[in-house]
Amino acid sequence: MTDIAPAAVSAFAPPQPVLVNASRFRAAHAADWERLESLISRIERRSVRALQDEDLLALPLLYRSALSSLAVARETSLDRALIVYLEQLCTRAYFQLYGVPSSALSQLARFFRNAWPAAIRSIWRETLVAFLLTVAAAVVGYVLVRGDPSWFFGIVGDGMAQGRDPSASVESLRQTLYNTKDQDALATFAAFLFTHNAQIAIFAFALGFAFGVPTVLLIVYNGLTLGAFLAVFAPKGLGFGFIGWIMIHGTTEMFAIILSGAAGFRIGTAIAFPGRQARMDAAVAAGKSGATVMAGTVVMLAVAGVLEGIGRQTVTADLSRYAIGLAMLAGWLLYFYLPRGRHGVVQA
Amino acid sequence: MALFRRNRTRRPKGPQSLRRSFVTPEGVDLQIELGGAGVRAAAFMVDAVAMLILLILATIAIVLLFVASKQSALAILWLLGFFALRNGWFALFEMGGRGATPGKRLMGLRVVARDGARLTGGAVIARNAMREIEVFLPLSFLMSQAVQGLADSFVTIFALGWSGIFLFFPLFNRDRLRIGDLLAGTWVVRTVRGELGADLVVASERARRVFPEAALDLYGVYELQTLEEVLRSGREDAIATVAATIRRKAGLPDDHDDRGFLDDYYAALCGRLERGLLVGRRRADKFA
Repeated sequence: MTDIAPAAVSAFAPPQPVLVNASRFRAAHAADWERLESLISRIERRSVRALQDEDLLALPLLYRSALSSLAVARETSLDRALIVYLEQLCTRAYFQLYGVPSSALSQLARFFRNAWPAAIRSIWRETLVAFLLTVAAAVVGYVLVRGDPSWFFGIVGDGMAQGRDPSASVESLRQTLYNTKDQDALATFAAFLFTHNAQIAIFAFALGFAFGVPTVLLIVYNGLTLGAFLAVFAPKGLGFGFIGWIMIHGTTEMFAIILSGAAGFRIGTAIAFPGRQARMDAAVAAGKSGATVMAGTVVMLAVAGVLEGIGRQTVTADLSRYAIGLAMLAGWLLYFYLPRGRHGVVQA
Repeated sequence: MALFRRNRTRRPKGPQSLRRSFVTPEGVDLQIELGGAGVRAAAFMVDAVAMLILLILATIAIVLLFVASKQSALAILWLLGFFALRNGWFALFEMGGRGATPGKRLMGLRVVARDGARLTGGAVIARNAMREIEVFLPLSFLMSQAVQGLADSFVTIFALGWSGIFLFFPLFNRDRLRIGDLLAGTWVVRTVRGELGADLVVASERARRVFPEAALDLYGVYELQTLEEVLRSGREDAIATVAATIRRKAGLPDDHDDRGFLDDYYAALCGRLERGLLVGRRRADKFA
């Protein structure tokens, strides 16, 4: 930097109306920006419904003119406050115009009509794997406990067994199947079961992120427990009753657990083996469809909780229990897998 | 659908910027700013405290009602309420139009889809279901270890290390993504609302100083915008220092009106650099 020889005295020029572009630009558009800002502020504070019709019509025009102001200002103006202001204003407007989710009701309707069954159909492979894992684990659990009853205590915790172990008498086991608790506790029990199982379903989904390994463990453990209990009841001639006891809610509950496990598998496999997609894109696609499935299993588990807590305690005939369980299963299968109208994309 | 492109032209000096290029369907780059790890953690703490207070108050109210009425429906209410609070607080707030929990709102953050599209319910549920393994899993490990006392310390260390990976995941990537953000295709941006600063070059009735060409040739856009910052901050000492520096460099005499001098110099320099822009010459800084 070279110093400059001192000038005599800095001269003064007569007043000029406007010196820089930024001033002209502000003068021409400031009113529009302010109107847009006031509209956006109203939407942010309340909702789009707070706007009048004419404001709603003006909104996209104002947004586009603000965007074009930003583009022009960046190229022709050096007033940074102006550019920063326009960037913030346009970003706020963008998220209000493009980023806001649709209303809760329409999202719910879409979820039940289309999104949930479609997401479940899209993970049918994983569902099949989770189902086979459950069956295999149940068989293993059954064989293990039949061969050596001490395995039972290795598989099922004391808190869950509640006296239903291989050493229990036939009569006490029969009591656990057909005894009805007092009505008051039923609903509480149902609520407890629902929240407990739903939390496990969410876990099974979230743990899928670790390449699905913890999800496999959860699913296998679920199956082992089922097999172990069956091995306690079946040899005492209570197998038919036990299956009815489990089936009334189990078709819904096990199906839900299998589905949330499948959602976890989908995430795990998408991250481990993204295929032709980028790993990030595969993860996002799997995460979204998996979350949709998982949110649905919470609904299923609520139904299962009601069936288990109330239905099972009031319906004690084996055949009615079988009928309810099978009807539920058929209902879910039809709802999920029945091909439907224009959205019924045929899965490969 | 807006495109999301990483800004690769940034100069590698200073701390990593959280500004990201974000092109709208209209083709304008909005240059959004991501929420930093500290702000995000603060927002989470606000939410956690709010949830805890709500939980404690609701529990006290329900226990009092239960003692009074012995209704088992209250137990159900508590169970379902706890479940809804744990799993629904974040998801329900973020599904609303604001895309932010109260904590995020307070900190000026909001959740948006990385591709600029609508934020779907599935994405919000995915990003919040992952909190189970990010927050609640480490918490429950800690709790169970505290309850059991002397447990296998190797298992504890392993479990904490494993869950720590998830907890501190946002610090290990440049976009500050949680595991949940990664899976849901979302990120958390700052929502700043600022006023339009006053025009520094208002048309005034007074005469303005005229500067020799050489004096205006000293600086570029970067220095001009630094000068703008100084003028807007209005700090007397900064204005005096800057005015003295410019006078010394340009060899101008001191007329004991620092503010007026800088105002006029800003107007003149801004006009000159803008004329350059119109003919396609952008002088980035004084070295250009």
